[in-house]
Amino acid sequence: MSHDSSHDPHHANVDHAAMGIEKEHPTWSTYWKVAVILTLITVVEVWIYYVPAIRDSRAFVPMLLIMSAVKFVTVVMFYMHLRYDHKLFRVLFTGPLIIAMTTIIGLMFLFGKLTLLK
Amino acid sequence: MAHAAAAPSSHDTTHGHPPTSTGLDNKKIAIWAFIGSECMLFASLISTYLIYKGRSVVGPYPHEACLPPICSTPLKAILNIPVTSASTFVLLMSSLAMVLALAAVETKDQPKHTTGERILGNSKLWLWMTALLGITFLGFQAFEFTSFIHEGLTIRTNLFGSSFFTLTGFHGAHVTAGVLWLLTLLAIDYRRGLGPKDALNVDLAALYWHFVDVVWIAIFTLVYLIK
Repeated sequence: MSHDSSHDPHHANVDHAAMGIEKEHPTWSTYWKVAVILTLITVVEVWIYYVPAIRDSRAFVPMLLIMSAVKFVTVVMFYMHLRYDHKLFRVLFTGPLIIAMTTIIGLMFLFGKLTLLK
Repeated sequence: MAHAAAAPSSHDTTHGHPPTSTGLDNKKIAIWAFIGSECMLFASLISTYLIYKGRSVVGPYPHEACLPPICSTPLKAILNIPVTSASTFVLLMSSLAMVLALAAVETKDQPKHTTGERILGNSKLWLWMTALLGITFLGFQAFEFTSFIHEGLTIRTNLFGSSFFTLTGFHGAHVTAGVLWLLTLLAIDYRRGLGPKDALNVDLAALYWHFVDVVWIAIFTLVYLIK
């Protein structure tokens, strides 16, 4: 089964304009692949938590944050279809997300949890 | 904008929603705006947790054991990573089931020739799967909360308990709301069947559900894995 519009009347009754669908949504196989990738990243996250050499290294936190960010972006882009839908949705999501992340980082600095000086 | 309003797309008349200046359905814009506001709600809860992290005067602590004389009795590190990893996996799989439910609704009127196509095109199956996985996640959370309480950590014990239960409790409440939304969609599916014309309504629920999932992705890393 494919959502490829070349051989499929792709949701003839789905209101693409109202839903803001600009590009064809991924196929079922893409959704499964994304799930496998998300699972593998989660397995690696938990695995490095149990490896003392990695857990005690300076790279541990950045590694976890990067993996978490990759999972976050993957779900938003593929499952929430932000990659395929109208630009306005991207603005509505990324705008507050930037404010939210700036707030977290700002508060961490303010309360001494992050510092530029040692 | 006025031009767009004056010339609504052909879909507007087909599907009966009033024309908008963007050509997009207001409900979809609203759910994205809502999700944006939810980002800021969870950012405030996560920052509160991170600010209070390591500032609890008494145990239990999330990652370290609490030994006498700080604690009257020895208390082990309270976070249970294997259980939470399992619940994280469950929530990730629920997102997969949700996106398959939406795809099934969108392609409802296409002919299904093989068993695989019939399974993938069964919206009831995937909606049930999503709801059950959501309920399973809530079961894991209930198990975690009760085991914490038995080990002496309540919302009033220390700063960790207060910020932890508030953050994860708010997330659990969102999952509960999502499960109720899914059950409502299931009721509609059983009553009259969900088809491509309902794709927008299922999409709204799906967006909310995936958002709950991405919030958990952040919580799992920031609260459970980072010491």
